[in-house]
Amino acid sequence: MARLTKADVLHVARLAKLNLTDNEIKKFLPQLSSIVDYISELEKVDTKNIEPTSQTTGLTNVFRGDDIKLSSIDQNKALSGTDKTHNGYFKVPAILEGRSDK
Amino acid sequence: MNTIPFTIRETKEGLLAKKFSAVELVDEYLSRIEKNKDLNAFLTISDEVAYKKAKELESNLEDLPLLGTVVAHKDLFLTEGVRTTAASKVLESYVPAYSSTVVERMEKAGAIMIGKTNCDAWAHGASGENSDFSPTKNPWNKKHVPGGSSSGSAASVAAGLSLVATGTDTGGSIREPANFCGVVGFKPTYGAVSRYGVIAMSSSLDSIGSFGHTVEDVETIFNVVKGPDGFDSTVTNGQSLITNRKFRIGIPKEYFIDGLDREVEKSVLTASQVFKDNGIELVDISLPNTKYAIDVYYIVQPAEVSSNLGRYDGIRYGNGRDLFGAEAKRRIMLGTYVLSAGYYDAYYLKAQKVRSLLIQDFDNVFEKVDAIIAPVSPTPAFKLEEKAADPLQMYLADIFTVSANLVGIPGLAVPSGFNSENLPLGFQLMAPRFCESTLFELGKLYQKSVSYVPKLP
Repeated sequence: MARLTKADVLHVARLAKLNLTDNEIKKFLPQLSSIVDYISELEKVDTKNIEPTSQTTGLTNVFRGDDIKLSSIDQNKALSGTDKTHNGYFKVPAILEGRSDK
Repeated sequence: MNTIPFTIRETKEGLLAKKFSAVELVDEYLSRIEKNKDLNAFLTISDEVAYKKAKELESNLEDLPLLGTVVAHKDLFLTEGVRTTAASKVLESYVPAYSSTVVERMEKAGAIMIGKTNCDAWAHGASGENSDFSPTKNPWNKKHVPGGSSSGSAASVAAGLSLVATGTDTGGSIREPANFCGVVGFKPTYGAVSRYGVIAMSSSLDSIGSFGHTVEDVETIFNVVKGPDGFDSTVTNGQSLITNRKFRIGIPKEYFIDGLDREVEKSVLTASQVFKDNGIELVDISLPNTKYAIDVYYIVQPAEVSSNLGRYDGIRYGNGRDLFGAEAKRRIMLGTYVLSAGYYDAYYLKAQKVRSLLIQDFDNVFEKVDAIIAPVSPTPAFKLEEKAADPLQMYLADIFTVSANLVGIPGLAVPSGFNSENLPLGFQLMAPRFCESTLFELGKLYQKSVSYVPKLP
């Protein structure tokens, strides 16, 4: 089984939005490689005609009535987890930049 | 107070007979917490909340199911107005706007919250050493780990810092620390208890349980917290199909393997004998796919972890992703990898299929037996730092506990004495889905048969 490469680790870190330092990459590469090697053992198991399981108690789509629930947290409480607010809104980092020609 | 009560019943009776007051109880537990600070079992002490609740209970003393039960909540349970960190720097200063269902139901039933316990950050670990706020120590020997991830909860009950504690069990995070600390640890069926307001780790595996000194106490708590709340759609009132025939307990050969500590093995077999002496038939059974359980677990679990930890963007609450610790980063990356384009079928889908095979193993066996007895962990509590540098070795500590989560069945860890180094020993019982009553009946039978008397270090 292919061990992980540094490129794999960087790719995965980017997908997961993690900024890794060089030291972290150096540490994680062999650790993740050995774990992936270990779990690759599953290749050996014959799973022909076996359905995958994601829910163990046999529930499928669970619906509730389309009723208005009166209990809910108010705006102040909803914002209580952060101090970065503006006029009752969350302040978020900009994702777009201004046009470079202006 | 000279001695603290060891059970919910004793606590209730003492309060109702006015042998001691709820405020005195809180005084006593707080002073014990102070004296045992070096265990690092708590991240937050909620003394004000505790005294307020104690006074409220005293002003109107009534026979509530958990009257005066002093509880410590794992710091994964949201508590309105009381800091909740998941033992991660990402949530270092997070104060929730609401409480989890379990916390709320216990409070209504008369429980007193004394504080929030340390754990492996985000519940990732088997030793407590992955906490971003330093590891918890084992009360029986401070050079050893208390187990994890619910490290502080197990240590708190073992050291008498709270009467009971809550925990989460995703791959053994209640049963393993209970075993390492010599207390009872209970993991219910997946979907028996609401996860609402409990920080999510792995959503197809997480189950919400508790620690106590006696099986009766974890049963009492389960009866208070179980059942639908309208906020977690996986919760059902499952009906157990208990037939009235004589109990049979299965001993799975795959759990008695090379590498199993001799004293651990002997303690499980001695416990089996106690059941046999009570007229319960012991049956040799086989769960052939057990050897793949860890592989399946370390695919499914990190995959779901990577998804659940995606919400921590530092905007609505908490700090940014740079503050995730090493283990959280490892699991996010492992999970992202097994879900990523080109690898999904080979890892995640394959693991879900092998998970079906594991479930078949257990379903077949439960045609023949009512419960399974097994070791909880291959060894007693290991030393601090012994496995910390090698994540794979740490993962293998979960080898006997992950199956119950993958299959969705309940498990009960019961203490059974001490080894030659005075470290706790114990065993676990597993039963079919929603057959918690079988576990409680067998667990109580065991504690009664051996005249179990809890003791503190």
